[in-house]
Amino acid sequence: MVSVERPSLTEKLVSFETGGEIVAVHFVRESAAFATGEGEIAVAGDSEARVRAHRGAILAAAGDGERIFTAGDDGRIVAVDIEGGQETLADIGNKWIDQLALGPDGALAWSAGKTAFVRGKKVERSLAVASTVGGLAFAPKGFRLAVAHYNGATLWFPHTDAKPETLEWKGSHLGAQFSPDGRFLVTTMQEPALHGWRLADGQHMRMSGYPSRVRSMAFTADEKWLATAGAQEIILWPFATRDGPMGKQPLMFAPGPADAKVTAVACHPKQAMLAAGYSDGMVLLVRLADGAEVLARRPDGSPVTALAWRGDGGLLAMGTEDGRAALLAI
Amino acid sequence: MSQAAKTSEKIPVTVLTGYLGAGKTTLLNRILSEPHGRKYAVIVNEFGEIGIDNDLVVGADEEVFEMNNGCICCTVRGDLIRIIEGLLKRKGQFDGILVETTGLADPAPVAQTFFMDENVGAKTALDAVVTVADAKWLKDRLKDAPEAKNQVGFADIILLNKTDLVSAEELKDVELRIRAINPYAKIHRTKRCDVEIESLLGQGAFDLQRILEIEPAFLEKEDHGHDHDHHHEHGEGHHHHGGLKHYHDEEMQSISLKAGKPLDPDKFLPWVQELSAHEGPKILRLKGILSFKDDPQRFVIQGVHMVLDGDHQRDWKPDEERVSRLVLIGRDLDAAKIEQGFLACAA
Repeated sequence: MVSVERPSLTEKLVSFETGGEIVAVHFVRESAAFATGEGEIAVAGDSEARVRAHRGAILAAAGDGERIFTAGDDGRIVAVDIEGGQETLADIGNKWIDQLALGPDGALAWSAGKTAFVRGKKVERSLAVASTVGGLAFAPKGFRLAVAHYNGATLWFPHTDAKPETLEWKGSHLGAQFSPDGRFLVTTMQEPALHGWRLADGQHMRMSGYPSRVRSMAFTADEKWLATAGAQEIILWPFATRDGPMGKQPLMFAPGPADAKVTAVACHPKQAMLAAGYSDGMVLLVRLADGAEVLARRPDGSPVTALAWRGDGGLLAMGTEDGRAALLAI
Repeated sequence: MSQAAKTSEKIPVTVLTGYLGAGKTTLLNRILSEPHGRKYAVIVNEFGEIGIDNDLVVGADEEVFEMNNGCICCTVRGDLIRIIEGLLKRKGQFDGILVETTGLADPAPVAQTFFMDENVGAKTALDAVVTVADAKWLKDRLKDAPEAKNQVGFADIILLNKTDLVSAEELKDVELRIRAINPYAKIHRTKRCDVEIESLLGQGAFDLQRILEIEPAFLEKEDHGHDHDHHHEHGEGHHHHGGLKHYHDEEMQSISLKAGKPLDPDKFLPWVQELSAHEGPKILRLKGILSFKDDPQRFVIQGVHMVLDGDHQRDWKPDEERVSRLVLIGRDLDAAKIEQGFLACAA
């Protein structure tokens, strides 16, 4: 068999060790902030800083471009800036805060067990759902929060007293994400599948066929495709039409080695390109127009757990389960 | 990499069950406070009960989720998946995980979590189900609490606790009742859960590589010497049970099967899959060591309800008797039909 060597950018890769599993990475101004299972934030790029934000593991993180927000098993939410300055935003004692989402106008949502909390400029409320919250997402427009849980997801307008609306689908729903146009809500499930609802009429969308659980999903810059991890290839579901992916086949790009699968995806913020991380540590850049691949990081055996693009698309941040962080200027 | 090496890298998880008041919390506090040199993350259902300040003690919600895979008894503990994934983010800080279940919990969803969730199964391994039983009250609970019976039937290790509150006869009686349900679990008699921690943890009871022998623990073995003194009339081959009572549980029983002839894997594997698909809801535990025709290796199998796990283990040793053994513990099982099906798998 002829092995075609992919073009490679790996010589430009800058790597360092964080000392703990990289749980998430978000850009803070021009620098990347890596959050670790040891409760630390490692800032790299234009600025460099390393601070301990939590006593235990960081379980979830989000970023607004100015600061990284982290939730931990110490029951706290902390915001960290590029100088390493910290602000504690919540402290609920010995319960784990394992979901976190940022919304419009600096709104923050988090969950502990079966309770979701929202803090906005004019509101601080909580909502208890029937089972543990698996995922949180703010709608792109309006002040609306989706709370994923067992057997469905609940849509809540925290500014109003309207009864939250529950979208039902059997099974355990974990991650949640709205399509950028706000017409669809998609959840990742405990089963190797995604579920979606068209919000206008509650129409179901089943996206299945994955060999393993989907742990990462992202919409492309043109908002037409939802890129997902969980298979040997990157799976992209079409969302451009009125019906979304219903009755359509997904696109498949960039198959990894037979025993590896995609563990993280991040779409370029401007161009029709995405980065995919694999369970063997490889990261590929893939052009959507033709599926052309460029090697961004060589496999080293540890699964890629975090990927993020800087807002201008000029820098890609990567993190692995073994705690290796990397930056690649494009 | 060998299967054994892979397994040993996984974080062992011990499940602690027991009916209300049997002494689970006492045991947990002992494991957490004694200087055994190992550190455990503990998943508890009642935060307040643990008197020890430990940042690796986590509260659980006991959320049992059904899997949408068409398997009617495939339930998992959703909260466990979430908590274990969280704990794994700081792996290296502990040597093992203990999962305490409530007194009314069914151990099956806990056990199945380790086989059904790919991530949890890849990084942790179920080590053993340890059941704490109250020597004084177990007898009554076996009558009125199906959960208590499940916990005994499911156990790899049973701590028969509070033995100081019963007479020697009562103790023997309750052991016989346990044996009627589960002849395979190791029983430790304890007063205040005073047992060597090493005899509970690191057992590898679900590890296919560590299935060595499948022999029910007959009580008469312990009493053998004693019996011999008084029953010289015992003839060879006719083993009298030394006057001990034998209980038979109407509902839950164990079935022990043995085949001297090698089995045909093309008959046995479909049969056992069919059995677990149809009778799975009634089967608590299943374990087997099998001799396949023209196969130099032992094939080992174990199961929980409808979840089966099987693999080649090692070469048969030259001095080893090549027999196939299969044991099942379950509810309302048709022993005659299952035995007939098993024996029909001969090559």
